[in-house]
Amino acid sequence: MTTQPNLAMRNWNQRVGRTALYLVLILACVAYLVPLVVMVMTSLKTAGEVQPGTIFMWPENPSFDAWIKAWSQACIGLDCRGIRVGFWNSVMIWVPSLILSILAGAILGFALSRWQTRHAGLILGLVLFGAFIPLQVVIYPLIKMAANLGLYNSFAGIVVVHIIFGLPVLTLIFSNFYVGIPVELINAARVDGAGFFRIFFGILLPMSRNILIVALVLQGTGIWNDYIVGVSFGTPDIYPMTVKLQTLVGSQFGEKEYNVNMAATLLTSLPPLLLYLVSGRYFVRGITSGAVKG
Amino acid sequence: MPAPAIDLKASSMRPFLTLQFLGGTPASRIVVGLAIAVALTCYVMTIAWTLAMSFTSSTFLPDWDFVGIERYVDLFGSSRWSVAFANMFLFGIPFIFLALALGTFLAILIDQKVQGEAVFRTIVLYPLALSFIVVGLIWQWVLEPNFGLQTAVRAMGWETFRFDWMARSDRVIYTLVLAAVWHSSGIVMAIMLAGLRGVDGEIWKAARIDGIPTWRIYVSIILPMLRPMAMTCVTLLAISVVKSYELVVAMTDGGPGNSSDLPSRFVMQALLERANIGTGSAAAIIMMLSVLVILLPYFVIELRSRRR
Repeated sequence: MTTQPNLAMRNWNQRVGRTALYLVLILACVAYLVPLVVMVMTSLKTAGEVQPGTIFMWPENPSFDAWIKAWSQACIGLDCRGIRVGFWNSVMIWVPSLILSILAGAILGFALSRWQTRHAGLILGLVLFGAFIPLQVVIYPLIKMAANLGLYNSFAGIVVVHIIFGLPVLTLIFSNFYVGIPVELINAARVDGAGFFRIFFGILLPMSRNILIVALVLQGTGIWNDYIVGVSFGTPDIYPMTVKLQTLVGSQFGEKEYNVNMAATLLTSLPPLLLYLVSGRYFVRGITSGAVKG
Repeated sequence: MPAPAIDLKASSMRPFLTLQFLGGTPASRIVVGLAIAVALTCYVMTIAWTLAMSFTSSTFLPDWDFVGIERYVDLFGSSRWSVAFANMFLFGIPFIFLALALGTFLAILIDQKVQGEAVFRTIVLYPLALSFIVVGLIWQWVLEPNFGLQTAVRAMGWETFRFDWMARSDRVIYTLVLAAVWHSSGIVMAIMLAGLRGVDGEIWKAARIDGIPTWRIYVSIILPMLRPMAMTCVTLLAISVVKSYELVVAMTDGGPGNSSDLPSRFVMQALLERANIGTGSAAAIIMMLSVLVILLPYFVIELRSRRR
């Protein structure tokens, strides 16, 4: 008899608990979203509407004027062609860096996992060490080397640096992935006389769809978001979008055009945000792959 | 008489020249050999160069005039470096602590079989997809005392509200903490959530049968099991603290004055703007050592588990 009210009590407690749980979660999500919402609202305002203390207010007449100005008219230094110049520079860096660094990491990952390479663990350790080096420690000699090779202030130079410093993590995730591939498969192909590259391109690469997506998202966001490599190995002509953005916001004199700045900031974040939203779980696997083995 | 041709086959250098010590096939040997060459040139030699420079009197141009540890003495005697170095801890310790606490807390909440889990995860993780430049600019805008939060809250009626940390040299470093926690707590959530999902269901059943309250199960049983994940998070976050550069450049540019400077920014300025290669290199070496100190516990654990 006494269990009846107890059960009801427990039910009620549980319901209160669940409600509180969702309330806290929703509150947390609001907190995470507020900065983005503020940015979007500010970018849709007119210059006159951007007044002190109005960051949380909706724009009265939402318009994309600030976006258009940020994209094609805003002055970055003496260049008044807007942030789009940086966008195209970033594309020029992004595409070859992405393809070449992933290919390099995959081939090396294969050589160090499912091939009879001796001292593979030691070599992997040497390559992985690169992931822990703060760029500041090596930037000066690297700039000098790039200058000596004629790579300073060229897209090729920036691409090469992205390949070199993408290698550690990419090699790790690919070798972790290839370890799971049955060795019989590779041995059979070797018996048939296929060489290292034939086996890589013919057997392993077609099996690598999932890990390729992980690498694509990881490197895709990482390279697009890079600032330090672009600013150190380039000059204003070839600066990627992040550097152009920082120059735009940091170099305005007098009245700051916050609506234009926020539009430019959003434009710069759109490619990685889209990549993140499209890729879902692969993004999480990418950013944790360096940390969590397997 | 013609000089005897060097017989490559007989030479003891041959296995080295043909990279035979690497095993594999000629094609794989070239790949691995190239990777070793890149790693040695771009990772090892460059660090060695910077290390050498840190012991020289180089200023505008690299100069091989060795002066011992003079540069390090200069460095730790300078107030600018002291501020930047101390800031690494003032920024890093609260950042790591808060990101770990918040990320773990959110992971536990999301692990309660909530509806719409994917939405919550997506929202907590999206800042990680943004460049630190973008993160810095967003928070600069939100926290700017005149335009942002402070004036907005005052306009809502709380007229004595004060949040002007961006303009205060003794508080500005904590605004970076706020922005960094917003950016990085998601990765803690993701790693800890993966850990929680990996906990054996039997443990939960056993604890439930014993009638232990849920929160006690977490505190006394589950969270201690997640220690390796927590350690991974701390290591990851700590390395990001040492490397942290873009955030401070975009958000405060080290200001007001140099009160929010960090070692990474100090090095970049010394090397590329203030033409002080010796001091900049010494500061860079301190950054490298900081990373190695952070990795030390990892190596110790690895060695111990191998010995067993």
